[in-house]
This record gives sequence, C-alpha cells and structure tokens, in this order.
Amino acid sequence: MTPNQLTIAEARKGLLNKQFSSRELVLACLDRIKKFNSRLNVFLEIWEQDALSLADQIDQALSKHEDPGPLAGIPLALKDVLLVQGKEITAASRLLKGHRAAYTATAVARLEKAGAVFLGRTNMDEFAMGSSTENSAFGPTKNPWDTERVPGGSSGGSAAAVAADLCLGALGSDTGGSIRQPAALSGVVGLKPTYGRVSRYGLMAMASSLDQIGPLAKTVKDASLLLSVIEGDDPLDSTSLALTETTVPELIPEDIKGMRIGIPKEYFIPGMDSEVETMVRQAIQKLEELGAEIREVSLPRTEYALATYYVIMPSEVSANLARYDGVRFGCRATSASSLPELYTQSRGAGFGNEARRRIMLGAYALSSGYYDAYYKKAQQVRTLIADDFRQAFRQVECLVTPTSPIPAFKLGERFADPLTMYLADIFTVSVNLAGLPAISVPGGFAEREGKKLPIGLQFIGKQWGESTILRAAHVYEQATEWKKARPILL
Amino acid sequence: MAILTQEEVEHIAELVRLKLTPEEKQRFAEQLSSILEYVAKLQDVDTSAVAAAAYILDTRTVSRQDEISGCSDASRAIILQDMPDREGDLLKVPAVFGEAPKDF
Repeated sequence: MTPNQLTIAEARKGLLNKQFSSRELVLACLDRIKKFNSRLNVFLEIWEQDALSLADQIDQALSKHEDPGPLAGIPLALKDVLLVQGKEITAASRLLKGHRAAYTATAVARLEKAGAVFLGRTNMDEFAMGSSTENSAFGPTKNPWDTERVPGGSSGGSAAAVAADLCLGALGSDTGGSIRQPAALSGVVGLKPTYGRVSRYGLMAMASSLDQIGPLAKTVKDASLLLSVIEGDDPLDSTSLALTETTVPELIPEDIKGMRIGIPKEYFIPGMDSEVETMVRQAIQKLEELGAEIREVSLPRTEYALATYYVIMPSEVSANLARYDGVRFGCRATSASSLPELYTQSRGAGFGNEARRRIMLGAYALSSGYYDAYYKKAQQVRTLIADDFRQAFRQVECLVTPTSPIPAFKLGERFADPLTMYLADIFTVSVNLAGLPAISVPGGFAEREGKKLPIGLQFIGKQWGESTILRAAHVYEQATEWKKARPILL
Repeated sequence: MAILTQEEVEHIAELVRLKLTPEEKQRFAEQLSSILEYVAKLQDVDTSAVAAAAYILDTRTVSRQDEISGCSDASRAIILQDMPDREGDLLKVPAVFGEAPKDF
C-alpha cells in the first residue's frame, strides 16, 4: 500500500510515527496524479511546487515536535470554485480562464491553518451547474470505476480525486446534491452541512440560500475531521451561524442502539432502479440489526421538490452570475465595439449551455408578470417542504434514503435533455431547500456490463444534526465492507 | 403555462445580456419550455395559507461598523493585474454612452 491510498486518520498516524514524511505522502499523490490525470481529467491545475514546499515546512515542524495542526501535511484537493489567493480559479468556465482569486475562502484558510497541503483545483460542472461534470468547459471527468461513465456532479473532480486515491480528501460545494451525488456515484463519503454551518466567504456563489461547502473523504471519520476544521461562524459571511453543537471524530459513538431512523415512503418511487432499491432495503435491515428503530415516515411534498428547486436555484443563479460580464475580470470579448456588445458577447460566448439556460430560466421566473406564479410560488412550496421535515423529525432522529436514483450513467447518456439530467437530483434537492445536513456513504454496488458501480446511501439530519448523521453513517460504514473496495485503474 | 416563443427568449436574453445565435434561440426556447412545463406542477400545491420563506433557518440582521477596512496590497495587485484592459490603475471599457448596436 502506498501512502496516497491511506485515509486521513491513517496518514496522520503514519506521519506522527515517522513511517513517512509529508513530502513522501505528497509525492505519492503527485505520482498517481501524473499517471492518471490525463485519462481521468480530475485536476484542472496541479500546484506541485507549492504543495512540496509546504510539505517540507510541515516536515521541519514535525521534526521539531511542533504541532502544525490536525491536518498537518495531509494532501487535499479543492473544487475549482473555492478562492485561493493568487491562484487561477475558473469554476470550470471559459469566461474565467486566467482569472486569479484576490483572496482566500474562509474554509480554505481554516484548512491551511490546520496544516493541510493543497494539491490543486478539481474539475466540476461549469459554475456548479450539473450532475455529471460534463458541463465543464475543460472536458468531463471520468469515473474511476468505469472511465466510460460520469463521476457525478457538480463536484465530480473532487469525488473522483478521492475515489482514485489521488488525494486523501477534498472540498466540494453542494447546492442541490453536488457533493452527495458525485460521492455516491464515485463510491466515497460526501457531506453537506446544515446551511450556515460553514462560511461561504470565498465560495463562488451559485444559489445563496442553498449553497454549502463540504468535505469528500474515504471514511466518515475523515469527513468529520474535515468538517470540524472548516465549520463555524464567520464575520465575513453573514449567513453563517454560530454552532449550537459540534463533534470531532474521536467522539462519534460506535453504536446506534435505540436510534430512531425514518424511511420516507415518498423516496421509494415506482420504476426506481432495482439495484438501488435493493441496496437501501438491505441497508435498512443492517441498521435494524445494529439496534436502530426503523419507522416509516412521510414527506408529502417530496414530488414538488425538484420543481421548487429548479425555480429557486436558477432565480438566484441569474442574480449571482450577473457579475460575470467581462468588464473587470475574466474573458472580455475582443470584438465588442460598444458597452452593450461587451456584455452580451462576453457572456454569450463565455458561458456554456447549461449556465445560459439557468440564467435565462431564473430571469424569466423573476420577471414582471411571472414572479408570483413562479418564484413566489416556489418559495411558498419551499416552506411546506421544510415543514414536512420538521414534522418527520418529531418522530425520528434522522432519515435514510438512496442518494441517487441511479448508479453512474454513461458519458453523453443524459446530456441531450436537460430535464433528464435534473432528475438525477430528486433525492438530494429537498435537503438544500430545507437547509438540513446530509451525508452520503457507500452502500453497495450495482453491476453494469460487467463493471461494479458504487451506490450511495444518504442520511439526512435535522438542523445542526451532523453528530447524529455522522454517528449513523459511521456505524453503518464500520459494519459493512463497501469502503474496502477501490477502483482498479490500469 | 404558455410555451416560450423565440421572441420571449430574445427578450430574456436581452434582460440577462446574452448574445445568442438564431439556432440557440430556437433550441433554448424548446428546452426552457419543457422545463417550465415541468415546474408548472407547483400550481397544484395549495399555498393559500403559506408565507414565502427565502431563508428557512435562523435569520438575524448582522451589522458591522461603517468603517473603511481597505484592501491588502496583495489583493489590490491581483485585481489590477486581472483587469482585461487598463491604463495604470484605471479600468478601460468601451464608451458608456456610445452608439448602441441595431441588432441585439
């Protein structure tokens, strides 16, 4: 086993016991990246020099028995939507090619302070819009389990990076499932925190009432460690909230005896993929064996969640993406001879199809004459969806559902029709609409054309309920063998 | 809900400052129409007693001192270097009150 194949917890032990240095750990990752990045298209940019020089500094500190932090020397990857001062950042868009971040995101700064080493920025769907990473202006990322298939999206690069052992953990962002769905399709752990738990300062905004930054990792405890470093209110993000409780990996209980877990009946839809359904049913059985009390609950407005999301999210997107105009930064159309042309040509040429669709959809939903029927209506339904969860959490402590209705699909398969792609999000969007925390963990495998494809299991908690879902997810993970399987890269 | 016409797509494109080709206008009209047809199902939900909630969780007004905190030299240097066209410290753009193009 090479050091890049370890979990963060194992690597920390290895570093502290001097089995290897941070430089060796980083080199092991860089080595693997060099071997596989052109095939998988995971990293848009690799920060080799910076990573090695920081690793050397950490090694020096460790040799002097200093404590450079809980993530000292650990190589991580960052989704290309998180600002790192001085580094190019594009949100996988042609419009921002060459654009440099003027400041560093709070979540990234907190990881830096904890001693983490960043390997580079990972591919994503352009401006976080998509469920497959096919909307990147720089080519799709391939799923390490089957390179003819997508890794999920929009944090597909980060998910694939962890799945392929190119790094030990990563950050992504989740607005409607963009951490959890790629985690499910790529066979890793992905967590979206309670809205407001992690500062959004320095996250390129997509939909401000839905976005959250979160970790992708190989184990639940690793994800918990990353969360504990990045979470907490921030004066630079007025929507970040003071934590009412927190947890660290060491404090996650090893049992779930008596935990009341709800199964929302609306998440078992007719025609759902049979292997996904089997996986969830087996997982429910396993949770019961582990001592949990399983109850059926109802979230009556589930069928309206996707429609609600696809009105609210594009509306906020149309406002947030108005700043990308080629005027002050980013790619400016050179053929424009007037200011209006500068805007329309820069934006028209710079944004990809999905971005343009959502900007237009949002503007329409907010426009005079349509605002009440679309945006206001969606906000009202959102209130009802959040209420559904409140009601359910009167009876149970967390919910368990599939993360994605289908395992990884083939590149190009869902690309032609936007609506088909949107349906990939049906089990994840409600969580963002209600501002709740949720985690996806490996739950098993489907088989397609002789290849094993990961299936994800999602735990949803109430507001600030991260410790409950981490506990349920960790105990389930420890009782199953799924995380032991790794994709074979040739 | 009515299906979007190309004229409506042109109007939206103008609102959001996007230049589209004729083929794109037609394609987006179709795609946006099918999405709007899907989201029309929201009309089935009885929301007569419901207040619209933009933020579901705790909201409070956060304020800060009205002080100039400035910008670090490092940030400033990056921002200036990032400008697509400039003269010294000044950003250059086409004339704001120039002649508008006939075809949007």
